[in-house]
Amino acid sequence: MTAAANLPGAVTPRGTKPKTVFAPRNIMLYGTLLIFSMYYLLPLYVMIVTSLKDMAEIRMGNVFSPPVEITFAPWVKAWAEACTGINCDGLSRGFWNSVRILIPSLIISVSIAALTGYVLACWRFKGSEIFFGILLLGAFIPYQVLLYPLVIILRELGLFGSLWGLVLVHTIFAMPINVLLFRNYFVALPEELFKAARVDGAGFWGIFFRIVIPMSLPIFVVSGIIQVTGIWNDFLFGVVYTRPENYPMTVQLNNIVNSVQGVQEYNVNMAATLLTGLVPLVVYFFSGRLFVRGIAAGAVKG
Amino acid sequence: MSRARRGTAPVRPPIRLFRNLSSKIAAIPMVLVGLGVFVGGTIWTVVYSFTDSRLLPRLQFVGFEQYERLWSTRRWLVSIENLAIYGIVSLVFTMCLGFLLAALLDRKIRFEDTFRTIFLYPFALSFIVTGLVWQWLLNPDFGIQSVVRSMGFPNFNFDPLYNSDLVLIGLLIAGLWQGTGLIMVIMLAGLRSIDEDIWKATRVDGIPIWKTYIIVIIPMMKPVFVTALVLVTSGIVKLYDLVVAMTSGGPGISSEVPAKYVYDTLFTRQNLGQGFAASTMMLVTVAIILIPWAYMQFREKRQ
Amino acid sequence: MKKTLSLLATTSLISAGSAACAVDLEVTHWWTSGGEAAAVAEFARLFNENTEHTWVDGAIAGAGGTARPIMIGRITGGDPMGATQFNHGRQAEELVEAGLMLDLTDLAEEEDWRDIVNPPSLLDSCTLDGRIYCVPINIHSWQWLWLSHQAYEEAGVDVPTNWDEFVAAAPALEEAGKIPLAMGGQPWQQNGAFGVMAIALAGIEAWEAVNVDQNAEVAAGPEFARVFEAAAEARALSARSNVQDWNQATNMLITGQAGGQIMGDWAQGEFQVAGLVAGEDYSCLPGLGVNEIISTGGDAFYFPKIDNAETEAAQLELASLMLSQEAQVAFNLKKGSLPVRGDVDLEAANDCMKRGLEILASGNILPDANQTLSPDTQGQIEDMMTEFWSDQNYTAEDAQRLYAEIIARAD
Repeated sequence: MTAAANLPGAVTPRGTKPKTVFAPRNIMLYGTLLIFSMYYLLPLYVMIVTSLKDMAEIRMGNVFSPPVEITFAPWVKAWAEACTGINCDGLSRGFWNSVRILIPSLIISVSIAALTGYVLACWRFKGSEIFFGILLLGAFIPYQVLLYPLVIILRELGLFGSLWGLVLVHTIFAMPINVLLFRNYFVALPEELFKAARVDGAGFWGIFFRIVIPMSLPIFVVSGIIQVTGIWNDFLFGVVYTRPENYPMTVQLNNIVNSVQGVQEYNVNMAATLLTGLVPLVVYFFSGRLFVRGIAAGAVKG
Repeated sequence: MSRARRGTAPVRPPIRLFRNLSSKIAAIPMVLVGLGVFVGGTIWTVVYSFTDSRLLPRLQFVGFEQYERLWSTRRWLVSIENLAIYGIVSLVFTMCLGFLLAALLDRKIRFEDTFRTIFLYPFALSFIVTGLVWQWLLNPDFGIQSVVRSMGFPNFNFDPLYNSDLVLIGLLIAGLWQGTGLIMVIMLAGLRSIDEDIWKATRVDGIPIWKTYIIVIIPMMKPVFVTALVLVTSGIVKLYDLVVAMTSGGPGISSEVPAKYVYDTLFTRQNLGQGFAASTMMLVTVAIILIPWAYMQFREKRQ
Repeated sequence: MKKTLSLLATTSLISAGSAACAVDLEVTHWWTSGGEAAAVAEFARLFNENTEHTWVDGAIAGAGGTARPIMIGRITGGDPMGATQFNHGRQAEELVEAGLMLDLTDLAEEEDWRDIVNPPSLLDSCTLDGRIYCVPINIHSWQWLWLSHQAYEEAGVDVPTNWDEFVAAAPALEEAGKIPLAMGGQPWQQNGAFGVMAIALAGIEAWEAVNVDQNAEVAAGPEFARVFEAAAEARALSARSNVQDWNQATNMLITGQAGGQIMGDWAQGEFQVAGLVAGEDYSCLPGLGVNEIISTGGDAFYFPKIDNAETEAAQLELASLMLSQEAQVAFNLKKGSLPVRGDVDLEAANDCMKRGLEILASGNILPDANQTLSPDTQGQIEDMMTEFWSDQNYTAEDAQRLYAEIIARAD
């Protein structure tokens, strides 16, 4: 794929080849990298160790010391027992809400974006480029400008407060970047394929389903990754457009941590925080290069 | 763009509107979102920012009253100032740190993948998670301050989240932790797209590596820098979740940001007109950043 | 009708038979601290036991400032809940004006709310153009200074009996490593504490001139200058208090880390949950021990209009139940607030509550600032107050000048 060629990781690194491992230059190089690594790793480490200590140990010890006695109770509490109000079913509710928001949002937004990208790449009509331009501008409008108009739109559609309302909002705000991704990818597909398909009598939908989609798996994955992390990590839309029983995990996390009954339970807070971060982290670690490609592509273009 | 149009239907239906019909149907969502939400919603908000709408929107025009009040409200001024300081510092640090890390990773090092994974993973996390972790690390009673104190520096003071003068530093530490990885990846892509021959040439000329970066590589990466710049700034304007999770705007109003002002006036203070005026100002800010960039891009394309 | 229905419900062996008219009524509120949650559970219990309907709890965590936008958003967004909490006053004013709330007048007349509710000003807050749109359920007064006996004992000084003694005892507490005044960092708490100091130190007349008549001259005058100076003093006493939520601050009193807290009577619920006894483990000074006053803030329930006869019937049943003697006693005892009817027996009430009831009976009452100022004005004052409280260099004069400006603009 041509698109892959100029993305990070796909090209061999350059620069002089290191001569010996312990040359002063190398010590500087790796030393700097290690120091920065500490800054990036420290919070993850502290989150993990804090979530495995009991409160007595947290009050005595320092945040960096490993747990003397490992306990998984905070994790259980964060997942199943932490309270917001008189509902004490922990983060699990938020997790399943996030899943129920994520899956339809993902499917709908990626399908619409792919289809729109296909129109813009292969079936332009008079004015299509203008609409595309308008859509791209939308990527730069601060969400705050559209918060209230969307309240009205959702109310008119009867979707306010429901999960489907939030799905619609995610689909809308994901469109600019995803359409751009798909359009650019489809434009780069070899033209001969389309000509051949036309000769065989394939039309708009035939070409889309039989030729374009099978060739575009990588871009679907990239777009999917952008969507999964974006939707999972959203807070603002979750707060504005859903009601408490539909709160996504991020909102519930903030509620659990920033509203307390009596004493702050830092270990439970950290376990809850880790749990919320787990899904995007898993996506990140398992999709590796594709994730990098995804965010780089999303970022560079968006 | 230069590519020829493809797939024009061989048999043309008689009416223009129905030509290429499937394609037009498939474009309906784009048109609805573009015109209905983005354009329509923006115009709606701007129009209502000139009204005295309180809890419910109503068309009772009051001219620039909401804007006059906005710019005489201390909290808004503090929010703008915070955003400017946070924005500039975070921009400079993100760029420098991002470039530095990318350059280090580009030196044919071992474990490149491991390091890149480490620098980038925070980007997968939400601002809420980021804010809560750093809130814990910066907790004066248990976090970094208490650890350093217990190591034999009893007078060590570092409690940015409880100190109005330092609170932006706290936000910056967390914000940079989350966001630099992305810029690093973009910079790395930029570095890798530079021709190997340029490095060879500078090596032949005996130019030191650091100098090569400054006089040759960075100027060549201008487009990448511009992209990163636009990306970081448009992200900064949206700064909201991090503040909510970390400080809720406090202590006092010392870490308030415009996005939070909009949310609070719209939904808590029940003053829609004022909230719309504030969000319109946010839009203007983005436009000020964006228009020169769009103009530049446009001119480059022309050339 | 209601009786027939419940008869049907109880006699019918098939639960599905009663389910036809039983409504799941979602009730939203922001009562999430320990004492609050226990109190609201009483309403839920009574509603589930005494009617065929089901209470669906819609607790929204965070203070009212977080919860109200969500509630209003849902009501104006066309997704109304069955019932929702607001504070007494003007928070739901425009919602009522827009016709989004259920008119309770018929029920109120049938049950003679006018005669029951005491003080009657609470019902006035629910009334628009002669129609009644909400049920007041409790009276919360901001006017208390809570004191931790443990903290004062450990510091070796007597528990103060008024504000001046409190200030005088502060150095001893500081020396013992305690925080004299616990204060949460949220703007509404800082603003509320200021309000209490204003009533106690500037006097009722000056307070009314500013908060009811919106007289900016009085706000800039000498009485309020004294309040701002005292607030600056209090600010220094609370400098090391770095908690956010009010219940965390109360917890500092419970554990003896802090001496006092200026907070409404809802703090009492926390002492109770922790098993502390009023008069023995903690004491309470109404009006800072200077001016014994009860401000009649508190909570009321509104019932958004829902186009469904069955839901509406359930809403009315809940409204009626909330004002019933049984519910008033059960709820308010747990909540630490005062009931809105004078004809209930609160024998189980503790010392602090009894003191409150006495002041209430004596008629020493003031409206709450929420009833007199719009949320917009309150918000501006909160912004100013929170900056003042968190910045030791913010002078009392500057704060007072800005305060007078806001009052001059108030609506």
